Amino acid sequence: MLEIRNLHASVDGNEILKGINLKVNKGEVHAIMGPNGSGKSTLAKVLAGHPSYEVTGGEVIYYGQNLLEMSPDERAREGVFMAFQYPVEVPGVSNAQFLRLAYNEKQKHLGQEELDPLEFKDYLKEKAKLVEMDASFMTRSVNEGFSGGEKKRNEILQMAVLDPKLSVLDETDSGLDIDALRIVAEGVNKLHDPEKAVIVVTHYQRLLNYIVPDFVHVLSAGRIVKEGGKELALELEERGYDWLKNGNAKNTAAPAAS
Amino acid sequence: MVTEIANENSAYRSALRELTKVSGEPSWLRALRGRSFDQFEGVGFPGVEQEEWKYTNVAPIMRTKFTPVVNSNGTALSKRNGLAPFIYEETRDSAFVFVNGIFREDLSSCKGLSGVVALDLNDALQISEYETVIRESLERNANSDNNGFELLNIALFAGGLFISIPRGLNLRTPIQLQFVSEPVKAGAPAAVFPRVLIVGKKNSAATIIESYRATAEGIYLTNAIVDLVLDEGARVQHYKVQRESAGASHIAKTRADLGRNAGYDTTTINFGAALSRHDINVTMDHEGASCSVDGLYMVDGSQHTDTHSVIDHRQPHCTSRQLYKGILDGKSRAVFNGKVFVRHGAQQTDAQQTNKNLLLSSEAQIDTKPQLEIYADDVKCTHGAAVGQLDDDELFYLESRGINPSLAKNMLTYGFAEEVIERIKIESIKRELDEAVLNRLHTSL
Repeated sequence: MLEIRNLHASVDGNEILKGINLKVNKGEVHAIMGPNGSGKSTLAKVLAGHPSYEVTGGEVIYYGQNLLEMSPDERAREGVFMAFQYPVEVPGVSNAQFLRLAYNEKQKHLGQEELDPLEFKDYLKEKAKLVEMDASFMTRSVNEGFSGGEKKRNEILQMAVLDPKLSVLDETDSGLDIDALRIVAEGVNKLHDPEKAVIVVTHYQRLLNYIVPDFVHVLSAGRIVKEGGKELALELEERGYDWLKNGNAKNTAAPAAS
Repeated sequence: MVTEIANENSAYRSALRELTKVSGEPSWLRALRGRSFDQFEGVGFPGVEQEEWKYTNVAPIMRTKFTPVVNSNGTALSKRNGLAPFIYEETRDSAFVFVNGIFREDLSSCKGLSGVVALDLNDALQISEYETVIRESLERNANSDNNGFELLNIALFAGGLFISIPRGLNLRTPIQLQFVSEPVKAGAPAAVFPRVLIVGKKNSAATIIESYRATAEGIYLTNAIVDLVLDEGARVQHYKVQRESAGASHIAKTRADLGRNAGYDTTTINFGAALSRHDINVTMDHEGASCSVDGLYMVDGSQHTDTHSVIDHRQPHCTSRQLYKGILDGKSRAVFNGKVFVRHGAQQTDAQQTNKNLLLSSEAQIDTKPQLEIYADDVKCTHGAAVGQLDDDELFYLESRGINPSLAKNMLTYGFAEEVIERIKIESIKRELDEAVLNRLHTSL
């Protein structure tokens, strides 16, 4: 589905990603972990096409297409979704209007049926159950006055509505209490199926108790320094990130998780 | 030069002559008209050398040979013919219609307004109780500060309306004042002079919708004055919707005098006209009064819109809120000048003022000047103005959900306008404005 080859990216002239290689197949859940400043959020934003990040080298192939040549909205219509670490408030535009417009843009693009406001209301109601969101959130302005947890749930609601093939969750666990974390994670799990892939970007192992990854990749200073299965996350939880720094990682055999 | 000015004003002078022939008009009013006209001839229309008109050049109005409309002869508008679309669902039985500035009882319906006094100004002047109120209002506001437009309105208004909401009446049905411009038969551009006086008696409550539309595109001048006098504890919710023809000039003054504990909440929408200028003055000369003075202007092409507002805190314990937003596209230009005065002794004043502008084009221009003058020491006042483009993070957020950049831009612009529109409590106005904004943006949601 997705192949990242030797990806380099910088922001304001500073190189953040220094040669990322990653292959994601459908059905898989990948976790990208790493200390602060390692470049994991940058990777998520580059995949979504954020204009502040400049790709300086490498390529990203998504279903045979050059993802980096697609505009952010094209990527989204082609099934790439990023859940924002800091979802943006959009005053004056209701959640329902926003979601219907986004949904219909995708449907139009795929040559599928668009929904009128009434039909969409029913569709949205179903999806909102997934993240236990009250109907009152649909008539409110997008994210305006939402708590941190509500904003993150709203991200997963958007994911449910847009039904992406590739979802990138950028630190979706940050700022969530344990109940919200559970709701968000369960939402993601219910949406997952063998045709889709998920990339979970997170600092902590905590979220991975709920969204269990098939692969864990550890980023440090813009490179993937260690890869393994879900047990790698537990090891990181125990040992922290320091032992992976200074290029030691590749030489250190990972002890099996108990 | 002198003769040229005299010629330019000759149509106004002959209109005045015609008006003074109307029988039954009290002599004080005739005198007032004459005085005001003489004054107008002395000062003329305001020029850009005057601070209050610095950014708004009314030379096009001065140059145009308008024909003042002093009676309703020759109008074709009827209930079956073109009027219906202008009347809101909520005001089907409570709409007062003016055609070219002249109140038309035959086109109005006030079935839903039992208890409310609503009279043609000329008729109200025949009743001494009302004559006193009208005279007070007209004379109080005719002074040396008046600019040429106000003077001309006093001199030439014809067939205005007087409304009085009786003491204690909580009027649930909103009142619509619908000003319709219609091409005059002669084909010359018309100048119309609407005039309305609204009195809210003690502890009454009412909603007023003041709306300006045209039956056809064309050049004309609306020069309107609406006065509101609110007695103790009276409340008025006032919506002004200006959607004049694209060729029109709209010069208007709204004046509200608030009594003790009176409340005045107003929202002004300026979408239409080639040139529009709205002066809104709210005076709080009694304790405990409160007002909110909100507005939205949305212009494009070569439109010019100017709002001058004065919120005058003259007594303690008064509250004012102001949110004015502007959306400018094309080569349009907007002016916002918002004065908030807190006079000596007006302690415990609570005033907030905000003006936010969205520039959608590099050729659009806004001149904004929030102005807070405080002469009391125990007050809570804030003000601010912002001019900007759409927020990049918001745009990216929408785009990352598959919405194309131009639609994302329009959605955010719509959202910007909504902050004002969503506060409106009358559903059909909200719907109308939503549609108008989306149409302007060539977008549907």
